[in-house]
Amino acid sequence: MREKKSKKGILRHAGMSVCLLVMLAVLGGCHGSRGLSAFAVPEEFDDRKEYEITFWAKNDTNKTQTGIYEKAIADFEQLYPNITVNLRLYTDYGKIYNDVITNIATNTTPNVCITYPDHIATYLTGTNLVAPLDELLEDPQYGLGGSRLLYDGPTKEEMIPKFLEECAFEGHYYAVPYMRSTEACYINKTFVEALGYELPEALTWDFVWEVSEAAMKKDGDGNFLVNGQKVLIPFIYKSTDNMMIQMLKQKGAGYSTKEGEMLLFNDTTKQLLFDIASHARTEAFSTFKISSYPANFLNAGQCIFAVDSTAGATWMGTNAPLCDISPDKLVEFETAVMAVPQFDTDAPQMISQGPSLCVFNKSDPQEVLASWLFAQYLLTNEVQIAYAQTEGYVPVTQKAQQDAGYLEYLSAGGQDNGLHYEVKIKASRLLLEQMDHTFVTPVFNGSASLRDAAGQLIEDTVKSVRRKQTVDDAYMEKLFRDAASLYRLDQGDRQGQEAFSGKAELGELPPTAVVLLASLGAAWVLILAYVGFSRIKKRQHS
Amino acid sequence: MKKFTSYLLTLLLVSACVGCGNSGNGAAEPAASSEAVESVAASEEVSAPETVPETQEQAASTVAAQETESAADAQPAGVMSYAEYVAAPLDSEVVVETYVQAKQSWWEDKATVYSQDEDGAYFLYNMACSKEDYEKLTPGTKIKVTGYKAEWSGEVEIIDATFEIVEGNYVASALDVTDLLGKDELIDHQNQFVSFKGMTVEASKDADGNEAAFLYNWDGSGQDGDDLYFNVSLNGETYTFTVESYLCDNTTDVYAAVKKLNVGDKIDMEGFLYWYEGVNPHIITVTAAK
Repeated sequence: MREKKSKKGILRHAGMSVCLLVMLAVLGGCHGSRGLSAFAVPEEFDDRKEYEITFWAKNDTNKTQTGIYEKAIADFEQLYPNITVNLRLYTDYGKIYNDVITNIATNTTPNVCITYPDHIATYLTGTNLVAPLDELLEDPQYGLGGSRLLYDGPTKEEMIPKFLEECAFEGHYYAVPYMRSTEACYINKTFVEALGYELPEALTWDFVWEVSEAAMKKDGDGNFLVNGQKVLIPFIYKSTDNMMIQMLKQKGAGYSTKEGEMLLFNDTTKQLLFDIASHARTEAFSTFKISSYPANFLNAGQCIFAVDSTAGATWMGTNAPLCDISPDKLVEFETAVMAVPQFDTDAPQMISQGPSLCVFNKSDPQEVLASWLFAQYLLTNEVQIAYAQTEGYVPVTQKAQQDAGYLEYLSAGGQDNGLHYEVKIKASRLLLEQMDHTFVTPVFNGSASLRDAAGQLIEDTVKSVRRKQTVDDAYMEKLFRDAASLYRLDQGDRQGQEAFSGKAELGELPPTAVVLLASLGAAWVLILAYVGFSRIKKRQHS
Repeated sequence: MKKFTSYLLTLLLVSACVGCGNSGNGAAEPAASSEAVESVAASEEVSAPETVPETQEQAASTVAAQETESAADAQPAGVMSYAEYVAAPLDSEVVVETYVQAKQSWWEDKATVYSQDEDGAYFLYNMACSKEDYEKLTPGTKIKVTGYKAEWSGEVEIIDATFEIVEGNYVASALDVTDLLGKDELIDHQNQFVSFKGMTVEASKDADGNEAAFLYNWDGSGQDGDDLYFNVSLNGETYTFTVESYLCDNTTDVYAAVKKLNVGDKIDMEGFLYWYEGVNPHIITVTAAK
């Protein structure tokens, strides 16, 4: 059965990051005061000393993936017998984020962890908490392709530049990419054609909405005509934060700037929400958080357009190797895999996402170097290709992408419903073909909260419509205010600016301060009185 | 006079310093700091999975229902009966009075709770709840819940809810639903505290095809501390049951008991009749079949 905790995790994550942000500001301050020195690359790796490092890894509740991590560790430990790697498995990025932050206080952060750049931006509020990788990447001995590596890793030139740049912010590299994915629209092509439509070359929002509405027709018994069932949600979106972010990007509207300016609450956002609300009203659209996994509905013939990560491809389709619904509910259909819907098909825009590897700083630079050697090992072809094949991921190195074995794997799509499952390989190909059209959002302290808020706007709007509440301009104004407040986007921004400009409103003076100021004032009065009295006395004497 | 003035200024200086000191420790503390400290505490609560051994033992050991109110009591104005709740459409606002049976988790002022009255059960998902109030939600506590009825993968639940504690206490005894397994009527008892008797442990296969009496996560991809999945059969039909790690973590008796299971063992179980794309009980006790 698929990871049910995902629901809990994701819903939790929405509120979690807000408080974590605040929390880290304090913890980071404490940590900083304790004084971890900035990391400096040692001249030589000490292979006579034993190192025990921890690796917090995220998997998609997929035993093949955990097996690849375990094998990678075993192989690495054979090459470096003085390094022991302890693996801790997670199935949720948010949980790793949470645990990293709670472990900052006790100085027990992992050595290496899978993460999102947005999360690293939060970790960076702690002093020297994360090891900058600039020098390590370039180090001639231990850097990418370094002369003293005991394995055949990629050179810096062999990293996909776009993916590597996604890990650079505030002028430094703080991570290396591990895998990349994007979102795909998994389509029940059989139903689209049954409704009298033909899939266009590139999917548009208009097409998806039109077909979705057309699918809502029912017979006299209340069954949907297209599937003969009582249940149909034609369009389900898994990650509504991505949905909003991509829509805004495609529209050329504001979301955020790399300086940390938050532009989410704008008129385009409002208009998009009204559009989404109109389709939620007819029940042609829903979300993962509200209804469940798009794959479950798609495979049961209860969904036509299911948008999920390419890293969820093995769950999509009649012959999906992974499936949560019982066999008697599975429906036969042809699955098409397309890029997410676009407003302008001449200038497609889609999110780039996927796990990156972050190395934490420690008091012993040798321990950090040992961590870096392990992190870099995960970029070798053996690990990259094996892991990319578990889902619709793509390797992050040209070395792996151009490997003959990997190219053969891609060309064998559809040969079986296991390793070469057609939908999965189509999803990987989609990203490989669209790499130039992918984007990431600016990373800054607070960007994780902004992302959560973007998704929350859609979730709340859809819920309100389903609950027959009025969704109008006044509703939107309140929604924006509530989201900004919930995620502290208003306070954080304003307070941050005030803090920097020294204009913060500090409220009434506390009594002790009043006493202090009164005392100082009284002292000056007495001093001046004494000086005056002395002068008068002096004149009288003279 | 000079001496007097010196003493006076020294006194004022001391009082000023005391003022500084107090000021630094108190009101001048940034508001964000105090909030953050609360967040640390909240986070720590959750990083150790919420355990309810006491709750579960209490619930499990209660053989007879302890009723302090008659089921026939009329519902207070504005409060739905269980039948009215069942009849209410999805996404509609619901108001029920129910009794806490077990707590699954608390995070960021949101609690997930299994609750039940004499007529049926309610799964309260991410209900607004302070940490202080969460401690008050002991088994049997009566609460008035206002929220929205929702369905997620077949699990009917109340979401976006608020609650207040009201007078009353009731702890449900486990309803034996063994004979209902595989029948449509089973869903009528969704979320209730139930028992299953005399079931046989069957082998579970992980993603690599290896057989085991239980798996960490559904495909064996997890580690100690994750959910436990195990198969049990009755009359030739096999069902997958779960030890939900937020409800019963790896320090609980049930977690240890499942880890000791062998294929072929005959067992009795108690738990909450959760749903995920079909019945998926969250088991809280496992004992050898009597």
